Amino acid sequence: MTMINVKVAAIEQVTPLVKHFTFVKEDGSSLPAFSGGSHVVVSIDIGGRVHRNPYSLMGSPMENEAYHISVRRQENSRGGSVFMHENVTVGMPLKITYPMNLFSLAKKGRKHILIAGGIGITPFMSQIADLKRMGANYELHYAFRSPEHGAFAAQLKESCGDHLHCYIDSNATRLDLQALLSDQPLGTHVYVCGPSAMVVATLETARNLGWPENHIHSEQFLSPPIGEPFKIQLARSNVEIQVSAEMSMLEAIEAAGVEADFLCRGGVCGRCELDVLETDGALLHNDHFLTDSEKASCKKIMPCVSRAKGERLVLDL
Amino acid sequence: MALNFKKETFREDYTYSNSDAAIKRFPFPFPEDQYMYSVNIEPHTKGKQGSVCEFTFDIDEHYVAECIDKKITLEQDPGRYQALPHMMDAQWDFVELTMGALAQDYPEHFTLQKQGLIWTWENKPLGIKDTFTFGDTSTLAAEPFDYIGRQLQGDFVLLDHRDETLYADAGIVTSQADWSLAFNVGMSWREWHGPVPRATELGVMDRALKYLLNLQIGSPVRRLNWTMTVNPRLDTSPENYPHWGSDRNTVNAENIGDLVHLRVELQTLFRLPRSNAIVFSIRCYLINLKDIAIYPCWAKRLHRVQKTMHPDLIEYKGMTKFHPMMVDWLAKFDDGETLAIGTQPE
Repeated sequence: MTMINVKVAAIEQVTPLVKHFTFVKEDGSSLPAFSGGSHVVVSIDIGGRVHRNPYSLMGSPMENEAYHISVRRQENSRGGSVFMHENVTVGMPLKITYPMNLFSLAKKGRKHILIAGGIGITPFMSQIADLKRMGANYELHYAFRSPEHGAFAAQLKESCGDHLHCYIDSNATRLDLQALLSDQPLGTHVYVCGPSAMVVATLETARNLGWPENHIHSEQFLSPPIGEPFKIQLARSNVEIQVSAEMSMLEAIEAAGVEADFLCRGGVCGRCELDVLETDGALLHNDHFLTDSEKASCKKIMPCVSRAKGERLVLDL
Repeated sequence: MALNFKKETFREDYTYSNSDAAIKRFPFPFPEDQYMYSVNIEPHTKGKQGSVCEFTFDIDEHYVAECIDKKITLEQDPGRYQALPHMMDAQWDFVELTMGALAQDYPEHFTLQKQGLIWTWENKPLGIKDTFTFGDTSTLAAEPFDYIGRQLQGDFVLLDHRDETLYADAGIVTSQADWSLAFNVGMSWREWHGPVPRATELGVMDRALKYLLNLQIGSPVRRLNWTMTVNPRLDTSPENYPHWGSDRNTVNAENIGDLVHLRVELQTLFRLPRSNAIVFSIRCYLINLKDIAIYPCWAKRLHRVQKTMHPDLIEYKGMTKFHPMMVDWLAKFDDGETLAIGTQPE
């Protein structure tokens, strides 16, 4: 995988839980342009173990001198977000992937409804730059816990004006999805990014109201969940690997020196998909990529976020 | 190294020919004795010096003549260029990719100077020099994709990525192997691959689509495709079928070595950064059977590949009329020697 060498140019604490990082190319040259909604995967080395986490790019896609990401400190972190908050300092070199977009704007859309919850605002920051440049019709609905958690509310108010609608839990202002989605013109697309409950509620409301499936867009990167340890056998590499509680299957495979394909590492893109040759237990599918019937067939698994229970799991790798 | 651009034609009197150097670097597509569809996609990384993959876009001795032929085709049928309105970001992405690559790889022929968004592009072989504002279509005499597409060898299709598939939403197509942009524009991946025999059943197209949806900025890929064409004609389009379809009837045992050409497409795919679209570039190379036979291992290989070709593919590639004659003509070069896997001429 082609990586870009960057260094941290600035770090800013934007809310009690969110830090904003600015990256520039280590050699001082320009970074690749990208499209609104893109993310990069950031590699960090924590005590010899490489963590790779996806983060949305927040800057304007037109600016290629620097990339901007924001990281929320996760309570049940396996270490990645805590490391970003506590150990990453200005000047530190990091490796990131080229930008990748799994949450792109529908360019043919007549109107765009963006729904963000908390840190889920990040992919919309770059999308808004694109929407404004294209002169598109859009609304941004941004929900957060309390005024101090509205990381980018002031900045967005300035750039979006009347297009921005904020909902603050502590002020008891709530987003009424039913009302919002039941009164939109034909050709409207809805995009949601935020906590799982919000994503599910948006998808269900839109579907129940009869929105076409290809007008509903969501992005929800998953962190590999912590779980019970288990063993895997890689048939072609002829090795057996122990997957510890805090490691993902993909990380365990990489740590064993076996090269595996990957891109988003968040259960979304499908690139790391592996064929299951044999299993005597249950596959714990955590990804958003495989269909329900594929999951039920026990023939495929996404090692970036999914796990297994049982004595034997043989993979085609 | 400055290229020597040839004066030649791809229609009527067909004065096209390959120099010795062009024959030697021809992208021969058959590494094995038998041919079958596969997802033969590999990273488009820098190839050997002098090879067609040395640079991002290959410019060769046929460059000027091909651009002239493209201009004729576009004048006769402006519908060979199409771009749906939502593809404007992709058009500018394409300008940046192609001008940047040409200026970097062929500095003696092409230059690009940037002062912020004010760009000056000079194409010396075609005698073009223009200054424009990147992103502002009103500063160019044509749409950006049309403007630079005419200054490149080969065909280009811009694919929009939406609804988990790719749509052919813009194109400049003048050297196609019997497919029509006017017919395919706006179509999705599965729609435009519908006619390819056997590939759908093999699941090849679904696998290729899945791969391409994950194509990354900065990691282009390539593959070779091939067919056979009678006469060195670039524009073998369905629109102009009356002009070339009957050429197959002119092939006989005496002239087959001169008339029948192996037509190889170097297909490259690039993810475009601002639009998230994909460029599908189809660069066509033509070589007649006589020139292939200069290298014995190529003649032997081509004989074996053609002799074992599936009948559906013979029909699909339009070779039915002259296929047995071609196999006979190639047979005299094949002594049955075992060939190592690979495509090198020697």
